Parts: sequence; structure tokens; C-alpha cells
Amino acid sequence: MKTLLQNREVLLAVLIIVLALMVGLVMPDFLLPSNLLAVYNDTSILIILALGQMLVILTRCIDLSVAANLALTGMVVAMLNSAYPDVAVPVLVLAGALLGLILGMINGALVWKLGIPAIVVTLGTMSIYRGIVFLLSDGAWVNAHEMSAAFVSIPRSELLGIPVLAWVSVIVIVLMAHFTRHRRLGREIYAAGNNPTAAFYTGIQVGRLQFVAFSISGLLAGLCGYLWVSRYAVAYVDVAAGFELQVIAACVIGGVSIMGGIGTVQGCVLGALFLGVINNALPVIGVSPFWQMAVSGAVIVIAVIANAKSERKTGRIILKKAALQTH
Amino acid sequence: MPESHALFSLRGVSKSFPGVKALDQVQLDLYPGQVTALIGENGAGKSTLVKTMTGIYQPDDGELRFGGELISLDTPEAARSLGITAIHQETVLFDELSVTENIFAGHYLTHARSGRLDWPLMHARAQQILQDIEAPVDPKTPLKFLSIGQRHMVAIARALSFEARVVILDEPTAALSHHEIEELYGIVRRLKKAGCAIMFISHKFDEIFAIADRYTVFRDGCHVADGRIDEVDEAQLVTLMVGRTVEQVYPKVNATIGEPVLQVRNLRHPTEFDAISFDLHEGEILGFYGLVGAGRTELMQALFGVSKGVQGEVEIGQQAVTIRSPADAIKAGIVYVPEERQAQGVVLELPIYQNIGLPQLSTINTSGVLNDRAEYALADSYARRLQVKAPDWREKVGNLSGGNQQKVVIGKWLATKPKVIILDEPTKGIDIGSKAAVHAFMCELVQDGLAVIMVSSELPEVMGMSDRMIVMHEGLMVSEFKRDEFSAERIVSAATGG
Repeated sequence: MKTLLQNREVLLAVLIIVLALMVGLVMPDFLLPSNLLAVYNDTSILIILALGQMLVILTRCIDLSVAANLALTGMVVAMLNSAYPDVAVPVLVLAGALLGLILGMINGALVWKLGIPAIVVTLGTMSIYRGIVFLLSDGAWVNAHEMSAAFVSIPRSELLGIPVLAWVSVIVIVLMAHFTRHRRLGREIYAAGNNPTAAFYTGIQVGRLQFVAFSISGLLAGLCGYLWVSRYAVAYVDVAAGFELQVIAACVIGGVSIMGGIGTVQGCVLGALFLGVINNALPVIGVSPFWQMAVSGAVIVIAVIANAKSERKTGRIILKKAALQTH
Repeated sequence: MPESHALFSLRGVSKSFPGVKALDQVQLDLYPGQVTALIGENGAGKSTLVKTMTGIYQPDDGELRFGGELISLDTPEAARSLGITAIHQETVLFDELSVTENIFAGHYLTHARSGRLDWPLMHARAQQILQDIEAPVDPKTPLKFLSIGQRHMVAIARALSFEARVVILDEPTAALSHHEIEELYGIVRRLKKAGCAIMFISHKFDEIFAIADRYTVFRDGCHVADGRIDEVDEAQLVTLMVGRTVEQVYPKVNATIGEPVLQVRNLRHPTEFDAISFDLHEGEILGFYGLVGAGRTELMQALFGVSKGVQGEVEIGQQAVTIRSPADAIKAGIVYVPEERQAQGVVLELPIYQNIGLPQLSTINTSGVLNDRAEYALADSYARRLQVKAPDWREKVGNLSGGNQQKVVIGKWLATKPKVIILDEPTKGIDIGSKAAVHAFMCELVQDGLAVIMVSSELPEVMGMSDRMIVMHEGLMVSEFKRDEFSAERIVSAATGG
């Protein structure tokens, strides 16, 4: 039991359950399966983006431009849809994902080929991408009545009683779990982040992997662009403003080390769910939105402290007796 | 006896770094089924050569031939695809990943059709290799739980996981115990039989004579000699290696040894070292010798207040002191010149004088404002005394050679007027000229009544410079020798746990 609780993912899962139960005491309806599914559905986009962000953070980088990428691709697909309502939605989704991929590749290329720190690159592209949204739309909104029925309804339509939006996130989780565990590139991302020097000596190209991570993060952001504007049935300049911080927070809470090389898909998903539960539960029990921000912030700080403790270098194990104890 | 053709040859290879010519027109031949020992002092260019042979550095000049064909090694990948593999001095591995992953990183085994990683196969293969080299390690353990020796065995297992044709062992025995070294010899013999060309880098002559067929000697980045090992003896190799005899290299001047200044009693740490007790006297150079990873650096860092969780008593001049941070240590009069000079010793982007003034900022200011001129004057006196070679003390430290950087670090600490100065590998990676200057300076320090602790992995250096020597093994003090009792054989045997 003790070792089980020391596992951070198990601990986080227990915390989420406890949190949900506590909310359930005040508001029993919160625990209805339909509501829990709604909470998951509401967190889907955060989960997808957090998984992309995790790959980037694993390589010792950070992607601040995800929300701006989402806003830009969202605006582009919404405008395309209103201009050409006859184009099939899957084509638009593909176009959005492709555009997101390109935006991510721009980040990755700047980091890889020019060696500019990721935080600087994505701070810049964040403003650029967001600025382009304004240039494209002239600050105007694309509202629900300008979108086709299919465009708006697909994420909401249900498959086996579960909305398509939630299905998409499940598929992304499964693919990402496979990628990080069973694909060469996925494993090399861990190696590159854990020890870039050693990775280089082993013939792993760290820069190329950073490029790959940024590309995937961009691709997922592009996918989320469509999901976001269709779900909320509106596209405007400030869509998802500041959402990149939630995404990074989800990673950190889920145990992804900001120093790179450490982090799991499970942890990341749980980190996003934790934020999702907080975001959905606090209004239900009558906590003001201002407190919600403070609570999310406090959780992030606590998570960082917990990470720092568990990651603290214990030093080399030199003494025989000490070596024996650890086994 | 006619030689077979060399499998891997270098001709006229040069490599320069800013301020240093690391390799100057060197040549080397490695023959299939033979072990070639590469011999040279620290700074002779051995590590640069290894990196050039494994695609990490690209030579400025010269040619590389593999099986007679002209090749260029642009990436580590390219070297590996030819079967050239090295076990590096500082085993570079991934702490957070499993043993299996450390062995297969970069050349994972996959299912042919789907490209999916084949973990069961990799674990089994890892288990097999580890068993072959008799390293009892569970392949699924994260590397961070392994001891230094075990990590080294993982590095060797990694090299063996390739279809190796050229194997470079860069001081492979530095962190291994007696038993593990025997295992390693076994591995080398098997590789020889399999027709591999092996390059063996070591400072230990008994090992070289035990395992090598040929030798190549480097000095100061140049090729000096090569030939068959049975045609030379140790004395000849030493002369080739240093270009002079040991007495000339180490200008030991005896200082008057006075009262104890530093007394350490039962200093201990949960994982790094235990039961450390010793005295250090005025005017004394106390050498600490041991294998890499024996806990010497950790002990010194504890004395300097860097480590957490240290227990035990430390007295300076009969006064008990509590050292919890480097600031405490400096106040008590203990300073530490670290092994990782660039990472821990100097601020490369700052000029010389600001580096020297750094620990003194509280004394060289007037009412809270830094006095640039006072800082410069302070630096001037120490930089002159240490003969730092630079056009001006406003030169960035990053532009100096390794030896001069080391002088700046020492100068910085001397300016604090310490009682005890700890030098951790003070001549690692610096050229022979600077080395001699550092050694001469150590003698001056003790003549001024300072007490010096010197940690070094170079036995001739510790033997040449110390008045007394403490040998550590696996975090414990295993023996102590006075200068007249120094014997290379007994010291090495103590250090390897014999």
C-alpha cells in the first residue's frame, strides 16, 4: 500500500477521486455518470494539448504557442467553413491539423536549426500566430449561424453514448501511449531529454527530436483548433487566450519534469483531469472564479514542490551498505 | 613477423580547439585480433583522438581509413554503422532509463514488419550480455540505482551489443574492482579471438603489459612512437610518455610541517562515504588517491559544505566549526578548487579580475558600492603571482587556455587568505607546462604555511607531490602512507580493494 501511494500516478488518481467525492458530498449530482462523462468531455482538449506539450517538455523545451496555434487554426477552419459550406468537415479537420503541424514545424525548425531557446522562439511565435488571427479576421467573429450544421455538430454527436470529442481524446491517449513506449522516436525523446550529451554520444540527434516533438504538439493543437471552435460554435481572436498555461500546468501536475526526460502519458492525462475536475467542480460548489484561479495556481505550486522533492538527487551511491539498501 | 593489414588507420590527423592544438598530425593503426595500447599523459590528446575516431569530433586535417577505404565519420551514427564503438571515460548513460534501454538506446531492436519496439527481445538480449560479462544486474532496473562499477559494466554491455569490429576502451578499469578487471580481460580476449581491433587506453602499465600486443605513445597532441609491446619495457614507455624522468616532472620541495590545522573526525554521509577521520598539518600536502567513484570528490565537497546530510566533527585550528554551505567553509578558511573547472570553478563570461574578486565582493566595496579599482588591484597581485598568461586582466576567462583558467580559480581562492586549500584533480586536462606551474605553485603554498589537500587519479602526481597519502575505496579510507612508504604497487592494490 505504501509503495502504491508513493507511485505518483496512483497518488494523483486517489486525489482526483477524493476531490470528486468531496464535491459529491455537497452536490450529489456531480457524481452521476452522465456528469462525470461531461467533465471528461470538457477536459478532452486539455488532455490532447497536454500530451503534445509533454513531448516538448520531455526534450527540455517548452511550447508557449499551443493556444495561439489553436486559435489560428480554429479561425482558419471556421472561415473556410463559412466561405465554403459545402466542403466536407473531415477535409477541414485535416486542413486544420496540417496547418497546426506546419506552425509546430516552424517552432521546431527554429529551435533545431538556429539553436534558439524554445521559450524565446515560442514566445515570439505565440504573438505572431495570435496576430495573424487578427489580420485574417480583422477582429471579426465567426458565429454559429455562419458555420454549417455538420461543422458544429460532429464533436457533439455521440458514438456508443460517448461524444466524438471524448473519443478523439481517447484515441490520442492510446496513440501517444504506444508512441512513447513502443516507438523508436518516442523512446529517443526520453533519452534526449534525460541526458542530451549521452544521447549525442549514442548517435541520437537531440535537435531533430525537438523538431519532432514541436511538430506533434503543433499537429495536435491544429486538431484542437477545429474541436474548440466547433464545440463553442464561435471563433474570434482571443479564443483560448492563456490556455497554454493550463496545458503546461497539466503536465507539471502530472509529474512531467520541466528539466526534461521524465514524464508519462498516464501522469499527464491525470494532471489534465485533475485540473478538469477543479475547473468543473469549484463553480458547482459555489466557489468564485477568482478563487478558482488561486486554487489552480496553488495546486501547480504544490505539484512543483512535490516533483522537486521526488527528483532531488540523492547523490552517488558509493558505500556498499547504501547500495544494498536500495535493492 | 609480417603484420596483417590495419583495419582502422589514421594518418596526419589534426584537431584544434580555440587556444589548444589537441592533435597535431597524429597517426595510429589498429589491427584485427590485436590490442593496441594508447599511452600518454592527461592532455596528450587521447580523449580527442577517441572522439575523432567515433564521429563525435571531425578532424581539421588528415585521413581516416577503414579496411583500406578512405572514410569520413560525420556523426557517431556513421562510426557505429562501421562497427566502431567506444566505452568512454566518463560513462555517459541515462539515469532515468532502465539498464536495457541504456544498452539499446539509439539502436533499439524492433519487430521487422511493424517497427514496434521489441521489449521482450531487448530485455532477453540485455540479460544475455550481462550474464556473459558476469555482471549481476537486473536489466529492468533504472540505472540510477546502480553503483559506479555496475554502471561501467552496463557501458561495456552496451558496447558489446553492437556488431563491433573496432572496440575502444578509454580507461575502462578506472572504476572497476580487481574482480571486475579480471572479467574485463576475459572480454577483451574474447573480442580479440573474434577478430576485433581493440584500442586500450590506460595509465596502468601492468595492465598494458598484461593485455596489449602493440603500443602507441602520444605526447602533447603528437604521435611519439609505436611498436610491439614485447620490444619495450616500462621505463622506456615512461620516458617516451613524459619526455623526461619523474623526478624532473614533480619538483617537490619539502616545507616545514607544523601544527594540525584541519581535524576531521568520523565524517559520514548516508550513501557516499563513512568513518572519515584524518588530520591535516600546516605546510603539508595530503594526497587523496582512489579509483574514479571512490568517494574522494564527494568527501571534499562535504568539507566545503556542498553536500547535504553530512555528519561528524570538523575542527579548524582546534576550534569546532559547523560547515553547512560554501560560505561557512570560506569563512572557516577552507576553499575548494573543483574538478569541473568550467562548470564549478570560473564564470567564463566574466573577465579575469572579476572572477578573482568574486568571493570578496563584501570587502572590496565602499559603503555598498563595488570598487572596481580595488577589485582590479586585488586581482592584479594574485594573477601576477600565479603568472596567468593573458594580455590584460580584463580578458574574459573563457578565452584562456585550460591551464590559465585553473590559475584564475586558484588565484580567486588564495585572495580569500585560506588556511586549507583543497585541489580536486588540479591538473586534469591541462598542458604539461601549466601542469608544472601548478605543481610549483603548490610547493610555494605550503612553504607559506598553507595546508593543501590534493585529490588526483594520476598516481605519479599524487606520489610525486604528497607528503602523505590517504587511499579511498568505495567510500571508505582503506589505508594511509607516509612519503617514505609510497609504493605504487601497494597503493594501487589498496585502491582496488585488494
